[in-house]
Amino acid sequence: MQSTLARPIPQAAEQATPARPASVTRLRVRPPARLSPGRRGAGLAARLLPPVVVGLLALAAWELATSGPGATLPPPSAVWRDSAELILHPFYVYGTQDVGLGWRVLTSLERVAYGFGLAAMAGVLIGAVIGQSVWMMRGLDPFFQVLRTVPPLAWLPISLAAFMDNRPAAIFVIFITAIWPILINTAAGVRNIPADYRNVARVLRLGQVEFFFRIMVPAAAPYIFSGLRIGIGLSWLAIVAAEMLTGGVGIGFFIWDAWNSSRLTDIIVALVYIGLVGLMLDRLVGLAGRLVTRGTGGA
Amino acid sequence: MGYLRISRVGKTFESGSRRTEVLRDVDLTIDRGEFVSIIGHSGCGKSTLLNLIAGLTEATKGGIVLEGREVNAPGPDRAVVFQNHSLLPWLTVYGNVRLAVDKVFRGRKSRAERHEWTLHNLDLVQMRHAADKRPGEISGGMRQRVGIARALAMEPKVLLLDEPFGALDALTRAHLQDAVMEIHARLRNTMIMITHDVDEAVLLADRIVMMTNGPAATIGEVLTVPLPRPRDRIVAAGDPACLRARQAVLRFLHERHRLVAAAE
Ligand SMILES: Nc1ncnc2c1ncn2[C@@H]1O[C@H](COP(=O)(O)OP(=O)(O)OP(=O)(O)O)[C@@H](O)[C@H]1O
Ligand SMILES: [Mg+2]
Repeated sequence: MQSTLARPIPQAAEQATPARPASVTRLRVRPPARLSPGRRGAGLAARLLPPVVVGLLALAAWELATSGPGATLPPPSAVWRDSAELILHPFYVYGTQDVGLGWRVLTSLERVAYGFGLAAMAGVLIGAVIGQSVWMMRGLDPFFQVLRTVPPLAWLPISLAAFMDNRPAAIFVIFITAIWPILINTAAGVRNIPADYRNVARVLRLGQVEFFFRIMVPAAAPYIFSGLRIGIGLSWLAIVAAEMLTGGVGIGFFIWDAWNSSRLTDIIVALVYIGLVGLMLDRLVGLAGRLVTRGTGGA
Repeated sequence: MGYLRISRVGKTFESGSRRTEVLRDVDLTIDRGEFVSIIGHSGCGKSTLLNLIAGLTEATKGGIVLEGREVNAPGPDRAVVFQNHSLLPWLTVYGNVRLAVDKVFRGRKSRAERHEWTLHNLDLVQMRHAADKRPGEISGGMRQRVGIARALAMEPKVLLLDEPFGALDALTRAHLQDAVMEIHARLRNTMIMITHDVDEAVLLADRIVMMTNGPAATIGEVLTVPLPRPRDRIVAAGDPACLRARQAVLRFLHERHRLVAAAE
């Protein structure tokens, strides 16, 4: 509503001053987004065409490579023949265990939300504390650097042994995978808060909690968000490992289950789902970061 | 007695095995409502002295007493206008001032009063029109003005200004000097201002504190500027007392305590 109302106003203003070489100024001022529909369509095509072509070529190559007699993997045509249902109806429900991939993704996202949410909270808090102290940083950083490289699957047995229960163990695997980049980045962000901001806080006598929310979090926000972005990616990476334990209807367990019953085409569809959702999560956190740190980028 | 007493203050920075004695035996007494300028060559320790008064750094020797109480921590009664404005970039102009107002007057003023007081202080520096802008969207002179508004809004006993106009062009600088003089006349608060600019020191200050070169810098000379207030820059420019003061400061800085080039 607002944008359509606001748009005519500058044009009216331009018409009100006919003496000016309006056409010249207008061309310069006008942002490229306001191209004519035809040209915008052409621009869109130019962006979409290359990936579509590459995709089609890849499918063709895949089809050729896997349609021979000795092929171990199914060709795309077989994927379509055997798993069209999964592609076309993401939200079907045939029974408690037999649901569309959309539902499975949502279930997995819920787990990721718990694991990643906890990792975000703990990572920012612990990172803030550690970043405040040079000695803690020096003492702990080497360990974080080691722990951060441990792959999600490797945490699985430890997690199971510690929790003795599938659900918390799965969430812990996600948590422990995602927390390190968040923690390390927050600590780095806090350490890099300019001394001037600290001095402002000291003159104002801000308390610990006030300092945390009013100075530390906003000042370190760009660092924190790049940590969160890496963290959400890792959480999603950890989902398959985590769901091997939990069973149920998650997308990770679906892959495990499909493997056990040799439904290779289903696995391929699930992989595409996981990739697309992962991309979406990454963009989402990136967008949130840009919204939060808007206007403070240079500082 | 003295309102603010700096007695035998010394400051030595230690980093590892390296010790730098920046200040030695700084002695100064400042009256309530007085405007003092500190002038000296770059790196002599002016900011260090101001930070000591602010309580942001601790003295190695000696002590500072404000209104009978020892200064040992920073606080809003000694507001600082920092050398580089130090506004928080994620808050608006209003938000920056409001943060200080909320912190200092919580419990003493109602929400509405704090809002009014914030706007009032923005008015003092003529920045109300940009209240909703962020520091990144306004000019350097405007940022410096907001920094002053934030400091004034704390109603400090002493206002400490660290080269507040250092990075500004001459016109903006003159405009802000007038604003500071007007605020000082109206609020009668004690102000200590570091500057590199001889004319600025003479125009604004009741007394000019001249510092010797470091290391181990101290106060070399204190000059009283016998110019009646309110002062006008045009009148002051031709005033004989003013010219004499200017000459004295220049002589101190450029003859007796010339910066030794080899030291840099
Ligand atoms: N934290 C510190 N550790 C070690 N040395 C310091 C520290 N802070 C300042 N110094 C030294 O103290 C001396 C005085 O610094 P200061 O910032 O007070 O100078 P200044 O007079 O304000 O200079 P300018 O006019 O350039 O702002 C410098 O030689 C500086 O290197
Ligand atoms: Mg300085």
